[in-house]
Amino acid sequence: MLEKLEEEVIEEVLKAYPAKAAKKRSKHLGVDSPEKIKGACDSVKSNKQSVPGVMSQRGCAYAGSKGVVWGPVKDMIHISHGPIGCGQYSRGGRRNYYKGVTGIDSFVSMNFSSDFTEKDIVFGGDKKLKTLLREVDELFPLNNGITIQSECPIGLIGDDIQAVAKAYKKESSKPAIAVSCEGFRGVSQSLGHHLANDTFRDEIMDDVSARAGFEPTPYDVTIMGDYNIGGDAWSTRLLLEEIGLRVVSQWTGDASYKEMAIAPKSKLNLLHCYRSMNYLARHMEQEFGIPWMEYNFFGPTKTTQSLRKIAEFFGEEIQAKAEEVIAKYTKMTDEVIAKYKPKLEGKKVMLYIGGLRPRHVIGAYEDLGMEIIGTGYEFGHGDDYKRTKEDLKRATLIYDDANEYELEQFVKKLRPDLVAAGVKEKYVFQKMGLPFRQMHSWDYSGPYHGYDAFAIFARDMDLAINSPVWSHTKAPWEKNQELGA
Amino acid sequence: MQVVENIVDGQKLFLQKEYQDSFEKKKEFESSYNSVNPQKVKEITEWTKTWDYREKNFKREALTVNPAKTCQPLGAIMAALGFEKTMPYVHGSHGCVSYFRTYFTRHFKEPTPCVSDSMSESAAVFGGLSNMKDGLRNCNALYKPKMIAVSTTCMAEVIGDDLNAFVSGAKESAEGELDDVLIPYAHTPSFVGSHITGYDNMMKAILEQNNPTRSEKVEDAERINVIPGFEPYLGSLKEIKEINALFSDKIVMIGDHEEQWNTGAGEYQLYSGGTPLEILKTAINASNTISLQKYSTVQTAKLIKNKWKQGYTTCNPIGLNGTDAYVMKLSELTGKEVPNELTIQRGQLVDAMQDSYPYIHGKKFALFGDPDFLLGLVSFIIEMGGIPAHIVCHNAPKKGWEADMKEVVAKSSWSEECQIWANKDLWHLRSLLFTEPVDFLIGNVYGKELYRDTGIPLIRIGFPIFDRHHLHRYSISGYKGALNLLTWITNAVLDKLDEETKETAKTDFFFDSVR
Repeated sequence: MLEKLEEEVIEEVLKAYPAKAAKKRSKHLGVDSPEKIKGACDSVKSNKQSVPGVMSQRGCAYAGSKGVVWGPVKDMIHISHGPIGCGQYSRGGRRNYYKGVTGIDSFVSMNFSSDFTEKDIVFGGDKKLKTLLREVDELFPLNNGITIQSECPIGLIGDDIQAVAKAYKKESSKPAIAVSCEGFRGVSQSLGHHLANDTFRDEIMDDVSARAGFEPTPYDVTIMGDYNIGGDAWSTRLLLEEIGLRVVSQWTGDASYKEMAIAPKSKLNLLHCYRSMNYLARHMEQEFGIPWMEYNFFGPTKTTQSLRKIAEFFGEEIQAKAEEVIAKYTKMTDEVIAKYKPKLEGKKVMLYIGGLRPRHVIGAYEDLGMEIIGTGYEFGHGDDYKRTKEDLKRATLIYDDANEYELEQFVKKLRPDLVAAGVKEKYVFQKMGLPFRQMHSWDYSGPYHGYDAFAIFARDMDLAINSPVWSHTKAPWEKNQELGA
Repeated sequence: MQVVENIVDGQKLFLQKEYQDSFEKKKEFESSYNSVNPQKVKEITEWTKTWDYREKNFKREALTVNPAKTCQPLGAIMAALGFEKTMPYVHGSHGCVSYFRTYFTRHFKEPTPCVSDSMSESAAVFGGLSNMKDGLRNCNALYKPKMIAVSTTCMAEVIGDDLNAFVSGAKESAEGELDDVLIPYAHTPSFVGSHITGYDNMMKAILEQNNPTRSEKVEDAERINVIPGFEPYLGSLKEIKEINALFSDKIVMIGDHEEQWNTGAGEYQLYSGGTPLEILKTAINASNTISLQKYSTVQTAKLIKNKWKQGYTTCNPIGLNGTDAYVMKLSELTGKEVPNELTIQRGQLVDAMQDSYPYIHGKKFALFGDPDFLLGLVSFIIEMGGIPAHIVCHNAPKKGWEADMKEVVAKSSWSEECQIWANKDLWHLRSLLFTEPVDFLIGNVYGKELYRDTGIPLIRIGFPIFDRHHLHRYSISGYKGALNLLTWITNAVLDKLDEETKETAKTDFFFDSVR
């Protein structure tokens, strides 16, 4: 029944497009279920050029590099190099928490821009950039390095920011890193993640001096692909410490330069957001022989599974501690489930997010008895969809690079009880009277990683679904009309 | 650990001992100075408050820190959404459009329709014509607009795409699908001007490309066009329309985005409200056009004055004097007496100003925002006897604005104490607030960090405001709008007074129940 509806709505949606676009989009949509052999998770096309002229929810390479991966590194100054807009739009929206004195030794929530004018486009911006780097160091002397994040024009006007950065690095003896993450490159923010990873590899991995004096232990781990949204990496870190590990490095939520340079000394790289940091995990495996492990800290079931997997790597002593920690927190999360599950059981959810979340959050919803009936990635690749398959529990609509038109039609047809996506979609669905949670920014709540965070997640899903506000949509006289009809 | 009876937010969770201990442990691996050398952090923090730092800060040539402006296409989108069933279409990369939609959506807490044609590397090499051809057709098929308003990103501008040729080429190859859609286009390079420039360019394009030439003009002596400009206060649009209607039903708003960002619950509508296209297509026939934001309509003014040969005036109906001037202008142009309703509203506003003035008189304010917004706000502060000590306009136009502002400031009996800072950003303002402090700061959400650093309360008036709800629904224009400004400012002063006097047995004799 559900599967039939899902197949139907894909057909309906495709009818709205001109033939060329319909053909393209048909390859990005499908249905999958646990029983299917070659379902949509194996077959949908992804990481392709978006269809022009639609409201795509995707971002750009600059957003992936500056906005996602580099931006949270707190003691470095990230220059939005080019016109004024990009830095302004990406300021403060992702909620990458950090501890530090903003403007003095930490800079994450600020906006540093080279504010290009026509003159810079015509004559090139390299000279301005050189001056700018010196000004940064004079006014913000406690920065531990500068990154230059290219906006669209840089790669088009023939500027050589790599050369400028290299020269300045020599001059200042501090890191100066240029990222050619112009927004027109690639098809989405995904390329920006990759480019940022490449600069980590080229600029930080070799910085042996930053890790000189570091004394390793057998229990050192790095958290990768956690951007500390609403404090996620902190609630992750605590659990890892409690099971006896030492988190020596966080990438990149609340990260500082030195921590990042220590990473090649850790014993295991723990990768949360596979999409945005698998590149570096693979590199460190090849270059330094550090194994990496994907884990999932959304919801108690997945957190427990992950903790056991991580502990297994370190042997019996850590395993024993992990079991103690699991027992301690499971008591609490069982109570959370007992409190909220009766109010949420059977509720249907549609997801449309990015990174790891279209699959990673499924378990957390299921811990609360909720069902996922549709999910998709803004900028996923084939390996993301393949990994999604194992998390499916029923017939699920799969949509890659869905645009606003498609999402609206999917939701109207499948009538979920909750939509979990981004801010651009939020008010569309709320206007239809549908509970909605932003799952990029945790809707200004969080953290959502780990056991403590699950309590917040459960409370948030309950408040969204069971708020009285959704019952006011119809005026009393409209209700009467319906009764009379 | 969480306790199920009392689940706490991250805010309180991270204050718990186990998390605080974890933060301490993390420091061992960190390089930020607060972990390595907290004393140094204190030292530099203090230094940034000094005149020495201010001087260095003001010598910046290349670096912008914490801007109070953004780029052209954002304004173009607002202009486009002021018209009936119009889809803003950005010729460029889709990342830009995600940013624009997010920015408006965070401010208005409403959806913001806008498409892009997803230009990428291949478009950078070969130009964006094929993106435009497919994009316009797809946009038309999915969203069924009556008008598609095309603007550009910096990428399209740098590679030099020819919009005129592209739009006509796309129409020709669309097998008739685009024949009934209006497709005005404007070049809106992000590296020129700011968001208000984009508003101006798009508004001019929409007007010029959808109206006949002057030889076909059929003048309607009674018709007056009013262009609101880049107006983030939806209540202002409503109030201006109410004032207009009190004079004549032939005063029409050109670019009315009020309803687009203010639809009710029940069902989602992609388009809502907007200036009807019939009104747009006859804009040239009006006898006069009034712009409510002089500096958001510089190019549009040239079209109306020079090509259309209409009467053209600018008014700025923020505050008492500004609203008086607007009302008198309408009276002059319509030949009608000022309606009694407005005289009553004015009386009520002045009465309220006379109730509240002691709390604003002699208080120092720092203000930042768009050029026309500041002209209105500063005027109102002066009307109340406040001192606009620092006036920071990051996107101050080269011509005219400073002179206009000086004229406003000259009306203050403290004009010597008022400083106008054109093209300065919010890191400049930070230095100003430390070296020459004020009592209150007026501006958008980006003033929040200045409040944290300096302790000077921020009164949120401006754009964008992401961290407070529903302010955009109010008016800041007209007499009723001025009353809103008065309410917000006065009560901010009183909140501060309560905050400063609440300490038991020490200051609370001044913690009055009557103010």
